[in-house]
Amino acid sequence: MANDMFTPGVVAGRLDAEAIAENFSDLHGQYDPHEAAVAADRCYFCHDAPCITACPTDIDIPLFIRQIATGTPEAAAKTIFDSNILGGMCARVCPTETLCEEACVREAAEGKPVEIGRLQRHATDTVMRAGLHPFERATDTGKKVAVVGAGPAGLACAHRLAMKGHSVDVYDAKPKGGGLNEYGIAAYKAVNDFAQSEVDWLLKIGGITMHYDTKLGETLDLAALQDSHDAVFLGMGLGGVNALPVQGGDDGKVMNAVDFIAGLRQSKDKTDIEVGRRVVVIGGGMTAVDAAVQAKLLGAEQVTMAYRRGKDGMSASEYEQELATSKGVRILYNAAPEAITDAGVEFAYTETVNGELRMTGETQQIEADMVLRAIGQTLSDAPGGLALERGKIKVDDAGATSVPGIWAGGDCATGGNDLTVTAVAEGRDAAENMHKSLMGEG
Amino acid sequence: MADLRSEFTGVKSPNPFWLASAPPTDKEYNVRRAFEAGWGGVVWKTLGFDPHIVNVSGPRYGAIWGADRRLLGLNNIELITDRPLEVNLREIKQVKRDYPDRAMIVSLMVPCEEEPWKKILPLVEETGADAVELNFGCPHGMSERGMGAAVGQVPDYIEMVTRWCKQHTRMPVIVKLTPNITDIRYPARAAQAGGADAVSLINTVSSITSVNLDSFSPEPSIDGKGSHGGYCGPAVKPIALNMVADIARDAETANLPISGIGGVTTWRDAAEFLALGAGNVQVCTAAMTYGFKIVQEMISGLSQYLDEKEMSLDDLIGRATPNVTDWQYLNLNYVTKAKIDQDACIKCGRCYAACEDTSHQAISMSADRVFEVIDEECVACNLCVNVCPVEDCITMVEMEPGEVDPRTGKVVEEEYANWTTHPNNPSAQAAE
Ligand SMILES: Cc1cc2nc3c(=O)[nH]c(=O)nc-3n(C[C@H](O)[C@H](O)[C@H](O)COP(=O)(O)OP(=O)(O)OC[C@H]3O[C@@H](n4cnc5c(N)ncnc54)[C@H](O)[C@@H]3O)c2cc1C
Ligand SMILES: Cc1cc2nc3c(=O)[nH]c(=O)nc-3n(C[C@H](O)[C@H](O)[C@H](O)COP(=O)(O)O)c2cc1C
Ligand code: SF4
Ligand code: SF4
Ligand code: SF4
Repeated sequence: MANDMFTPGVVAGRLDAEAIAENFSDLHGQYDPHEAAVAADRCYFCHDAPCITACPTDIDIPLFIRQIATGTPEAAAKTIFDSNILGGMCARVCPTETLCEEACVREAAEGKPVEIGRLQRHATDTVMRAGLHPFERATDTGKKVAVVGAGPAGLACAHRLAMKGHSVDVYDAKPKGGGLNEYGIAAYKAVNDFAQSEVDWLLKIGGITMHYDTKLGETLDLAALQDSHDAVFLGMGLGGVNALPVQGGDDGKVMNAVDFIAGLRQSKDKTDIEVGRRVVVIGGGMTAVDAAVQAKLLGAEQVTMAYRRGKDGMSASEYEQELATSKGVRILYNAAPEAITDAGVEFAYTETVNGELRMTGETQQIEADMVLRAIGQTLSDAPGGLALERGKIKVDDAGATSVPGIWAGGDCATGGNDLTVTAVAEGRDAAENMHKSLMGEG
Repeated sequence: MADLRSEFTGVKSPNPFWLASAPPTDKEYNVRRAFEAGWGGVVWKTLGFDPHIVNVSGPRYGAIWGADRRLLGLNNIELITDRPLEVNLREIKQVKRDYPDRAMIVSLMVPCEEEPWKKILPLVEETGADAVELNFGCPHGMSERGMGAAVGQVPDYIEMVTRWCKQHTRMPVIVKLTPNITDIRYPARAAQAGGADAVSLINTVSSITSVNLDSFSPEPSIDGKGSHGGYCGPAVKPIALNMVADIARDAETANLPISGIGGVTTWRDAAEFLALGAGNVQVCTAAMTYGFKIVQEMISGLSQYLDEKEMSLDDLIGRATPNVTDWQYLNLNYVTKAKIDQDACIKCGRCYAACEDTSHQAISMSADRVFEVIDEECVACNLCVNVCPVEDCITMVEMEPGEVDPRTGKVVEEEYANWTTHPNNPSAQAAE
């Protein structure tokens, strides 16, 4: 092997294909039937269950778990998909420790919640593996809807609309569907090309036409879409990345974490993905964790994730932070980047006093030949004419924008929390509202 | 989605899941919410004449739990409705009017004389209810007053009261039976003789669930004393299934519709009652444990099962009845052996303890905790299967005809042969 952990600079192939495949295998394996039965048995079938309230898509969790417990995972899957058509992906990527499982009463009782996410995966996998799609399209309404963006928001919206009998055109700038499910989510959370099989499975509803490599603002124009369709949904996510406001922030060794991950997600065996010997990731969210962990899994010798506030301020959950450290990532808290130098990154230590971030005067140099920036994404190319709020497309509770006939949801719109499951909920709810409006009920 | 619409002794309901006469069906508020949740019908909490009875104001229930405090058996000392007759009748009428597609059955218990029955039946008829159910089952309290199980334990009384009811109403009459008897076929035959349109069973089993070892009172304790109660819930299902099957396969009552009750908790339990010959099921404890919403799982589960089996609801009803037989007709040439799936085994050793200490010493244990069945010793009793904590880890594998059973050294015969012709049977008839 030509390269290894210690090869200086930024190179590919620090580990061989086999080691990488092992590193990037499924984070939480599938349950076998016995494990599923034992896990399902723990659910108390709570009344007005707190786990449901904590799920952004309101999946009827006690019901689906009872359906698993009584030997009908297919019915369980139907219960899940009724609320969340991307229940398969959500079972893999939801930070359950801050959503349903945090709310589970058995977390309060024993500090050990019912494993809702894995049970959800058990049910949805059963149905998807069998190629069953338990929904039928209603009779054609003759209405046409355009959906921009084939991410979780766009797909959930398209499916709900198609189910109600509308004809849906989905446009996406990328050559594949799935949005960040395909280009962003950590590879070990969605193994075996799950994102694409999920898109294919979702399209079985019929009535949805996909138009890839078609970008709004380039080959596609919003006014034209409004003319050709009865309603438009925008689910274009956040295409831009926040710049690093520091000296040397555009240095050649600085790369967007999302680009690094996208490259990695599209690579066949990841032996062609270049990674530094010493990597510094700047940021404290899920993207930072994913970039850091995956850099480590590719064979980087040292990976440091630096966040300018303390542990509690980090948007990556405790579980995610533990995942990172268990993979050998070092997390540096209270360290704000000051400059990117030839040697690496200079940090100034911070402290938070009365809610304000202050420099302590102490500094730290960390060697790096690769710096990944993960300090948030922005809406880069919002179509003109729509009211924005804090940089996102302004929508009401039903997902309607300031322009009649145009709805929006997911990361590009106000109100969410940048999670896959929230994007699904918003896409679904917007579709319901669009349907009402299309049928003259709203 | 399979078609779950059900018709039971002429009464239609959107599915075969009814709530049994008990607290879940005690009043309008409950029944409306039950219907909203999806229940196909209800049997209203048993009515009686005013002055209405009173309940204790201390605990009414005792219970038995499994691991994780899963409620397995519930015992109660509640009596029939403790609300005025007129209030119940008014509510029944209102609910039936608002939910015409759901089955509305009214449970009744009045003294064992013709007049009271003659008097109450027209009042019920006037509500628009679909049928009445005669509560001959309640084993506590009411039986001390000559009602409930006190009637249900005497077949002649059952027949007599049923006949009165058939005379004084055009509504279908369902007779609810008590399990607190020796042979369920006698009360069922008596109900049929009296003209009953159907029977429902079981009501609760007389029981004491536990004794407080500090106060020495049975539970539930009312000021230091306890009274026997009625037992229900998952624990009584096997008793109920057997009684349903007994009636379904009795030549005299084979055509008598049966509403199956007792421990129905999941769609599977319901399907089992139906397969043994029940035309529908009634549920009490499961709803009292988990709320009305469980009916959703029953509906989706039964529907999926029927779809998978490509059966209709009617195909399922009674499907297992012909397979219930007497011991003497079981095939003695059917030979199985336990088999342990070594990949599934977690090496707990429970099968070994059970077989070694209490059965046939047919499981071996190696120094490194490998457990294997010794075919030479295994009598196929199934105990290991039942004590193993891992489902399907131990299975019973049928031996093929022609193979030699290493335990008996005999060749497994293809032909069916039962006890009636067995050489060890002193009264065996010679096989022709
Ligand atoms: C690295 C990373 C890891 C993450 N990990 C998790 C996780 O583990 N769990 C979790 O719940 N969430 C995670 N998230 C967040 C989650 O992925 C997003 O919240 C979610 O994908 C948002 O869905 P969306 O449909 O709004 O947008 P996206 O998924 O971003 O989809 C938008 C789609 O629109 C297309 N598009 C954009 N502009 C145009 C245009 N002009 N014309 C046509 N098409 C366009 C894009 O190509 C894309 O396909 C992660 C995000 C990142 C970046
Ligand atoms: C608290 C309680 C009260 C009951 N009251 C009545 C009643 O008034 N009339 C009646 O026919 N059965 C009554 N039952 C019996 C139930 O209808 C049912 O037959 C029995 O509980 C078995 O079903 P299960 O195992 O689903 O609970 C009562 C049961 C309970 C638990
Ligand atoms: S909170 Fe936990 S125990 Fe209660 S219904 Fe939800 S998963 Fe089950
Ligand atoms: S269940 Fe309700 S009525 Fe019964 S003891 Fe508890 S609080 Fe009181
Ligand atoms: S009881 Fe089951 S799991 Fe335990 S040792 Fe026996 S076969 Fe294995």
